[in-house]
Amino acid sequence: MIVAEPKPIKEILEMIEDFHKILVVGCKGCVTVCNVGGSKEVGILASTLRIAGKRDGKALEVSEYTLERQCDPEYVDELEDVISSYDAVISIACGVGPQFISERYPSKKIFPGVNTKFMGGAVEHGIWAERCAGCGSCVVHYFGGLCPIARCSKSLLNGPCGGSAGGKCEIAKDVDCIWDMIVQKLMQEDRLDDLLQFRPAKDWTTARDGGPRRMIREELVK
Amino acid sequence: MKKNYSPKIIAFCCSNCASSAADVAHKIKKTLPENVKLVQVPCTGRVEILHLLKPFENGVDGVYVAGCQEDSCQYISGITKARKRVDHAKKILSELDIEPERIDVFSFSAARGQEFVDIACDMVERLKTLGPLPKKINP
Repeated sequence: MIVAEPKPIKEILEMIEDFHKILVVGCKGCVTVCNVGGSKEVGILASTLRIAGKRDGKALEVSEYTLERQCDPEYVDELEDVISSYDAVISIACGVGPQFISERYPSKKIFPGVNTKFMGGAVEHGIWAERCAGCGSCVVHYFGGLCPIARCSKSLLNGPCGGSAGGKCEIAKDVDCIWDMIVQKLMQEDRLDDLLQFRPAKDWTTARDGGPRRMIREELVK
Repeated sequence: MKKNYSPKIIAFCCSNCASSAADVAHKIKKTLPENVKLVQVPCTGRVEILHLLKPFENGVDGVYVAGCQEDSCQYISGITKARKRVDHAKKILSELDIEPERIDVFSFSAARGQEFVDIACDMVERLKTLGPLPKKINP
């Protein structure tokens, strides 16, 4: 899932300073699963803004709406009958959401209510960790199912650096050295020799370095 | 602060421990302050952050959660979860420059009727000192 975290309230309040009718829009996709942008969080943010309005003596009208997804135009269309009544919209989906709403309703002021962090998963309840860097050409099978691009601080593809000690990365004591984990895992599986195999340099043209990406699947295009 | 200011307070009470403590208080003829309204919940673990914030939207001055002792929650971790949510709600109030002391959480055993009333009175005094929800000085 795409993992995000709430923006500081003060930052959101500064964004909407000049507006009085606010629509907070959530998303039932990834941000619901990581407890940052679903209908529950829409309620909390809306309530927080109303309390702030009360504190400031500002006539602030805040409404709540949660879309099935903000990254699909047919769901964003649902806002058509609602959005005209508001001066500004706060999207608490990942960074895709506010852009899709902004593109669909160009005359409206759209603000992001969360900071999008990474692609990852919940390693424990309430704790998420990065697992994918979206390089566009997955190679986890070379490394025992672990991704050194997303999980090595230097994205090294050819073994650990000198900063690996006791299974931890030099950047912080709570960051595992993924290369230590890769080697341990392949040793357990008796496949350490896999790492000796020569492979051509990774093709990074599929990654973000090649500019904004677009994907076309002809079998799905109408 | 206005003279005779009487803060409005909501108390979310666990139906096992805190509500029993309230019953005991009633039986020993100890009365709660009139401005403290009780909301009974099956377990304080059911109290969400939104429940803690909503009263402030509606003109309440303070909110507290009254639950079990940490080792005696019937649902094991209800009061522990409530404490974490209270901490989060306090953080939200702080971000709004509103005193976090307006929200609190307390643990009771079922027999502590006197303590239940004392805590309610302490909250009233605390909120009288804090006064009504602040208005920003330099908006």
